[in-house]
Amino acid sequence: MHADAFDRYHHGHSLLHHLDARIKVVVTVAFILSNVLLPDGAWAAFGLAFIFLLIANALSQLGFGFTLKRSFVALPFALAAVTAVFSIPGHALAEWHLGMITLIPTDAGLLRFVSILVRSWLSVQMAILLVSVTEFPDIIHALTHLYVPSIITTIIAFLYRYLFVLTDEVMRLMRARQARSAAAPGSRSGGNVWWQARVAGNMAGQLFLRSYERSDRIYNAMLSRGYKGQWMAMHVQRIQLRDWLVGVAAVCGLIVMQIVGRL
Amino acid sequence: MELECDGDVVKVNDLHFSYPDGNEALRGVSFNLCAGDKVALVGPNGAGKSTLMLHLNGILTGRGEIEVGGMRLNPDNLPVIRAMVGLVFQNPDDQLFSPTVFEDVAFGPLHMGLSEDEVRARVDEALRMVHMTNYRDRLCHHLSVGEKKRISIATVLSMHPQILILDEPSAGLDPRARRKLINLLHEMPITMLVSTHDMALVKECFPRTIVMDEGKIVADGMTAQILSDAALLEAHGLERP
Repeated sequence: MHADAFDRYHHGHSLLHHLDARIKVVVTVAFILSNVLLPDGAWAAFGLAFIFLLIANALSQLGFGFTLKRSFVALPFALAAVTAVFSIPGHALAEWHLGMITLIPTDAGLLRFVSILVRSWLSVQMAILLVSVTEFPDIIHALTHLYVPSIITTIIAFLYRYLFVLTDEVMRLMRARQARSAAAPGSRSGGNVWWQARVAGNMAGQLFLRSYERSDRIYNAMLSRGYKGQWMAMHVQRIQLRDWLVGVAAVCGLIVMQIVGRL
Repeated sequence: MELECDGDVVKVNDLHFSYPDGNEALRGVSFNLCAGDKVALVGPNGAGKSTLMLHLNGILTGRGEIEVGGMRLNPDNLPVIRAMVGLVFQNPDDQLFSPTVFEDVAFGPLHMGLSEDEVRARVDEALRMVHMTNYRDRLCHHLSVGEKKRISIATVLSMHPQILILDEPSAGLDPRARRKLINLLHEMPITMLVSTHDMALVKECFPRTIVMDEGKIVADGMTAQILSDAALLEAHGLERP
């Protein structure tokens, strides 16, 4: 397993790469909030949001279609909103009979569904861009200095640090199982589904126990270096005039979007 | 075989400890460490070496007396003692818990309440001591095992400890990384207690050796003398290098 299999950061020297992480986090969250607040069917505003995203892509020097290509991973989750098509009252568009069930898609429902799809698709792209131009430790610092409770930033930091270690642990467990998944001559390797499920269950249990014991050792390592229950952080970055200007420009763009969406 | 030493750095007297499952890990351990001592702690698996090390900065508390730098180890002076005893764990993935090298080396000094400038100076100094200055902004999980081990040592050096305690420092290292570690142990002018199974390392780096088995110290003396006692080594599952 390569250690950076989960790292989404793309090294670069663009304006966005060098922007203060706090500004980037705030603008991303504001962009997502703005999308959520736009009314259903505000197509002009959604169009502006898309242009905003394209400009951000261009500023990152990662290419116009950079986030587009990666955004489709989130679509299956947005499809959960498909029930909106049938549950929002409005003018019936059709009537489908599926055995005992009758489904009636409505125009208001369809509008809501497509709007949700567009909102999530735009929001996911901005989040993808944020993690592509900001190193993960910088995002954690930004959250710390934006007064996100330290318990939450600590959990995120640990999750990031040990995701790699745990994945390695899983790979080792799988390899050990594979190495001993032999078959006697003339017979099939492995047992029935029930038996395989039991093996997988045991592996999950093993992983939990190993992680649990590891957390104990990590806590000891923290204690022995003076940890008293409060995570300390240093100010590694200073916000400069340029950061403020980009932040203010972005927020102005979002305000315009909201006004256009409500016209 | 007791050496002449009044224990100005560490003094342990009649230490007993049992794990919650009833396993008696330490049965009356006593020894002294003096400034500048470089001591190897050897013995078979389960001898109580790691348990003993975890007692020296109060992670575990057993029955008996422990003094560090002339101070009795108790809850009141635990924070001061933790800064004096630099404990490096066996698995560097347990030791390096921060996302970046800088943050990990800064963790100890920050928790000692030092100013940001002082913390930065200490991080630079510690990384220089382990020859890893260029790794300051690297991500911990991108390092090799040998690099992680050296950064682990820097994470405690930045606290300016009086004694460095290492658990199996050469385990899992390739020959080159091991050689670099040995050179490092040689050049660091600090009191050391190092648990290891690597008898060649013991012979090369540590003038004094403590042998533990079944929760007790069975021998404490000059390394050359202990390594020449074939009967002693064999009785406690050790081999001559």
